[in-house]
Amino acid sequence: MTARHPPVRDWATDFDHTDPGWIADPYSIWDDLRQRCPVAHSQRYGGTWLPVTHELVSEVAYDTERFTSRSVVVSERRPTADAPPAPIGLAPPITSDPPYHAIVRRMLIPAFAPKPIAALEPFTRKLCRELLAATAGQTSFDAAVEYAQHIPVRVILEFLGFPQEDADLFRGFIRRVMEEVDATPEERASIMAELDAYMDARIADHTAHPRDDLTTFLIEAEIDGEKLTSNHIRGTMILLMIAGIDTSWSAIGAALWHLAGHPDDRRRLAAEPDLMDTALEELLRAYAPVTMARLVARDCSFAGQQLKEGDWLLLPFPAANRDPAAFEDAHLVRLDRVNNRHAAFGLGRHRCLGSNLARMELRVALEEWLARYPDFELSDPRGVVWSGGQIRGPRNLPIRIRS
Amino acid sequence: MSFRVHVDPDKCQGHNRCYAIAPSLFDVDDLGMSSEIGLGEVPAGQVDIARRAEANCPEHAVSVTEVPVP
Repeated sequence: MTARHPPVRDWATDFDHTDPGWIADPYSIWDDLRQRCPVAHSQRYGGTWLPVTHELVSEVAYDTERFTSRSVVVSERRPTADAPPAPIGLAPPITSDPPYHAIVRRMLIPAFAPKPIAALEPFTRKLCRELLAATAGQTSFDAAVEYAQHIPVRVILEFLGFPQEDADLFRGFIRRVMEEVDATPEERASIMAELDAYMDARIADHTAHPRDDLTTFLIEAEIDGEKLTSNHIRGTMILLMIAGIDTSWSAIGAALWHLAGHPDDRRRLAAEPDLMDTALEELLRAYAPVTMARLVARDCSFAGQQLKEGDWLLLPFPAANRDPAAFEDAHLVRLDRVNNRHAAFGLGRHRCLGSNLARMELRVALEEWLARYPDFELSDPRGVVWSGGQIRGPRNLPIRIRS
Repeated sequence: MSFRVHVDPDKCQGHNRCYAIAPSLFDVDDLGMSSEIGLGEVPAGQVDIARRAEANCPEHAVSVTEVPVP
């Protein structure tokens, strides 16, 4: 990413989640801030707050009165007066507040329950095997580019009923929406306009030719006897695409990165398939990809600070997961951690709708990888590139297969 | 002593962790919300997984309580 902002001077008073220091190692920054101030502040993005303890992250997640979800991606472009009203927001239900939030969420939840998600597992397993088969004969390749990134993209395309050939286009949209948060307001508007046009074309196609997929489900869905507006459908589809792809790609990549660099954990997990249940949760805790955001709904006090209406607040669930007050040996990855109340999928009413899908993808991706490549390592540790912004995961992960 | 599990419906957000850990003690409805099966009695030998379900609920919605044997 091109650095559009000046380097951070002090993380407690000038933090920036696109800074190279944050991208390289946010964990030590959060550890430091937990000691110095549990809530950091920055003038960047027009004023942003950052709580870093499990207790304060929970407090924000549970308080939809002081903190609105009208926008959940911190950028230079704040929702303006002509943006959709607060109860609904741009991408319902993630950008919705109560009581509308619950109505929209209830409509979507059945599609993401354990059973329908289990039905996507055979597609996912076959896909993972195909991707691994395509690496045959290579001893070195990029596991993020050639493996991890394809899995959630192709699964979501299948889920929405979009053409599998759109995978590259899809990934481009996601990267720009999620990572180019320091672009100018004009650049942001242009990215969103392109994405809207793409989605409108898919919705038109499904309206003309209904089929058995999530897009048709949304077009036909009703709330109180009324069909959803086209803005609502588009917003929810954009949400599924953005929330469902970059995130799982990051989780799969981070898990492989950990195993590549920790031979004891890798050997143990490959040898003890029963360890997968706790290992999966521990990798999610330690490398939780998603930091959410809120807008301060009204002037209020929080953890001894005076917050102003319209301030941003970053909600770093990954920092909560590393808080020693909430987890024993929080800084250590212990694949057999039995008690693991982690918040990788958030807390409260906005808990990740796709958590069953994400867990299935991560599990299948790791099982299939370890079955084929139980022995691997980083081939170029300095070639590992982590994403900036609110979703953290390796975008480049050069590995070497050992035989 | 015997044990009972309970899911507080006001706290459950549908993470489904209890169901994944102890499907013999918890069920998930069409809206993804968990509840204890029956009256939540924990059969002998399943106290450990009941405790584990409790300790893995991100929302603190699952509780295990001791009940006196009648």
